[in-house]
Amino acid sequence: MSLNDQHGGDRVEALSPPDWHVETRGLEKRYGGAQALVGVDVRIRRGTVHALVGENGAGKSTLGRVIAGATAADGGELLVDGVAVHFRTPREALRARITLIAQELALVPRLTVVENVFLGVEPGATGFLRPAEQRRRFTELNERTGFGLEPNVRVDSLRVADQQKVEIMRALARDARLIIMDEPTAALPAADHQRLFEIIRQLCNDGVTVVYVSHFLKEVLALADDVTVLKDGHVVLASPASEQTPESLVTAMIGHALERETSTTRTKVDSAPVTLSVRGLSRAGAFEDVSFDVHAGEILGLAGLVGSGRSEVVRAIFGADRLDEGTVTLDGRTLRIRGPRDAVRAGFAMLPESRKDQGLLMRRSIRENVSLPHLARISRGPFVDQRQERRAVAEVATKVDLRASSLTAPVQGLSGGNQQKALFAKWLLGRPKVLIADEPTRGVDVGAKEAIHELIAALAADGAAVILVSSEFEEVARLPHRVLVMRAGRIVAEFDGEDVTESRLIRAAFGASEENVVGIANGEVSS
Amino acid sequence: MSVVGELEKPRTGVRARSEALKALRRVREYGIVASVVVLFIVLSLQSNVFLTQGNLLNILDQMAPAGIIACAQTLVIIGGGFDLSVGAMFAIAGVAATQLVPHIGVWPGLVVGALVGLGLGVVNAIFVAVLGINPFIATLASSFMFYGVASVMTGGYLVTVSDPGFSTLGNGSFIGVKYSIWLLLAVFLAATVTLRASKLGRYIFAIGGNAEAARLSGVRVNLVRTSTFALCGLAAGVAGVLAASRISQGQANVGNEYTLITIAAVVIGGTSILGGEGAVWRSVMGVFLLAMIGNGFNLLNLNPIYQQIVQGGIIIIAVAIDTLARRASN
Repeated sequence: MSLNDQHGGDRVEALSPPDWHVETRGLEKRYGGAQALVGVDVRIRRGTVHALVGENGAGKSTLGRVIAGATAADGGELLVDGVAVHFRTPREALRARITLIAQELALVPRLTVVENVFLGVEPGATGFLRPAEQRRRFTELNERTGFGLEPNVRVDSLRVADQQKVEIMRALARDARLIIMDEPTAALPAADHQRLFEIIRQLCNDGVTVVYVSHFLKEVLALADDVTVLKDGHVVLASPASEQTPESLVTAMIGHALERETSTTRTKVDSAPVTLSVRGLSRAGAFEDVSFDVHAGEILGLAGLVGSGRSEVVRAIFGADRLDEGTVTLDGRTLRIRGPRDAVRAGFAMLPESRKDQGLLMRRSIRENVSLPHLARISRGPFVDQRQERRAVAEVATKVDLRASSLTAPVQGLSGGNQQKALFAKWLLGRPKVLIADEPTRGVDVGAKEAIHELIAALAADGAAVILVSSEFEEVARLPHRVLVMRAGRIVAEFDGEDVTESRLIRAAFGASEENVVGIANGEVSS
Repeated sequence: MSVVGELEKPRTGVRARSEALKALRRVREYGIVASVVVLFIVLSLQSNVFLTQGNLLNILDQMAPAGIIACAQTLVIIGGGFDLSVGAMFAIAGVAATQLVPHIGVWPGLVVGALVGLGLGVVNAIFVAVLGINPFIATLASSFMFYGVASVMTGGYLVTVSDPGFSTLGNGSFIGVKYSIWLLLAVFLAATVTLRASKLGRYIFAIGGNAEAARLSGVRVNLVRTSTFALCGLAAGVAGVLAASRISQGQANVGNEYTLITIAAVVIGGTSILGGEGAVWRSVMGVFLLAMIGNGFNLLNLNPIYQQIVQGGIIIIAVAIDTLARRASN
């Protein structure tokens, strides 16, 4: 199909009179090497719900942040009420009556509801609080929204759903006419979703415009008037929501991926012995009943949307987080992993999601970083055997093609790609049986990405079992031999060999397709 | 609302700024060396007495207890901790040694006194590493408790040791240099070797620099943190028995000044209060700088009130430089 039929929104423009609240023309935004927005044209009608959808990293949150002044665009135009604006801070956007409710709510937990609502916009110009006036305006807002919140309870005693209401009231107290909501239902219990949608519709009836960023497609279609689909920073679809189905949105998201569906030839490794086997892994609120095997020499991909529980599962296997239930078996022996130390000793290695916060000692040398997990081996008594250390680190640094002026240089001076290679070197030094790579190529340039993929493949070819977790569907579709897709804390699909394609992974992750849905392993699917 | 906007920095001035930042980092790296050298030269020129062997050895002897504690305080601070109870541990160790000597003899008394410090350090470690109490609060509270225990032990009296052998450690010398200075040297070398050449040293840097990364690398973060507090207690104990031996007396209410002096010395030396970076020699230089300032005020007959103002000012400057340098490199 041709996407151009729907692209550009010509038909929408034909509706008269065009009352665009916000319009963007050719917005551009780069983060380091990655292009987050590419020539984005979006038109948002006043008093409507406009949904922004797309897979992980498609640029939907970035677009929301640019409109709200939280991120500055590198190029292009932003028009509010037909006038070009250039917001440098959220405060400037607020002056144009635009505000963002981020995924992580930003309330002051120890202040009361009413204090939070008016924080920074307290009525009165004298510097003294005017409690009576504040209460009157609060009651007004409460009636207008129908929330019925208690003004004087502390925000940290409220449920997430009510905290969200406080955020909305806070936006209204600032006279916001356009509210951007980033994944508002992600942290919300299902029972509260409907209530939130009613609130949003009511806001629209009052003339407020809502930009709704989400990857829950059915919700989006039920709620939104218009929908814009982003893919790799491009607008690939702009249409009234009524003309779309979850299927058509996913098809748009997959976009050009359809054209290069020729999947890589994959050697099956089923014949190799099972290295790692996990059964019935659960942790309340994070993931449930996760079971899978990884063979020696196999790369297993773990795909899913942000928040689907991918990282949580692998962190729990590594002992970095608690596990409520389930067993982890390595080479036929069931392990009791009380912490990362046990995992490391058993032969696990993990490249954590954030190399800066969880992986590296940024101010220490490459050598110290690489040898840290292995000092017990490269030492004599209590002392580090520095000669052996120097040799071993130099050897493994060459192996991963780590480029640095000196191995004694602090890692913070390295490029993102070289930092990631340093992390790889750190674990390769110990010849791990199982490597868990969580977002191994996040924020690295194309060349380094290629190199890291080769390293992973080489490690697997050497006989290690590899679990690759990535939010990039393209990456999980390309590298692994077999892929599991997670959704809402559960494994919902498994693909292997020729069946692994980006579009299938995306469909499964969005829950847009029931094909290939498997209840693997013991099949004890509880409610 | 919840997010801070990115400031667009003007292109001009970027280079000048980065030059200034480099200079700042150098000041943090070598500021302590420069300060010591400058003050040393100034005092040598201003006073006839300063640059004599007797005076210099006297400075070293005077600073030995603070220097010994500062070496271990450095380990604690690099590991991301903080110990406000060193003064109290110093007092208990002195009291314990003076009370034990009549019963178990001079050298066993001194050793056990120092080991009492080690035990108290482990108590601190339990508060911090096991119970997870903020080190600042934990050691503040434990210092109250330790001083209380010391008072209970002495009943409020001075404990005097009559055995003349007890004063040997504090007053004797070897090839013209007092034992206290040898002891400082030994502790300095031990702490330096631990930090730079041992596994424990690597782990201390790791937990102070990024505790989560250390944990995910299989480092036993709590055990490492415990050992830094234990070593700090041991050092305070050694300093305590050394000081008690000097005057052949144990007292419950001494040592308070060492808490602040050692932390000040670590910071002035350029070790970051946020952990993960630093060196033992820097702290010893810091103690030396503070001791020289005191000595200079004496020799030049300056009003000692100004001494405190100067020392306080130096601490503020050192911390400000550390903060700015950190911000710059982030």
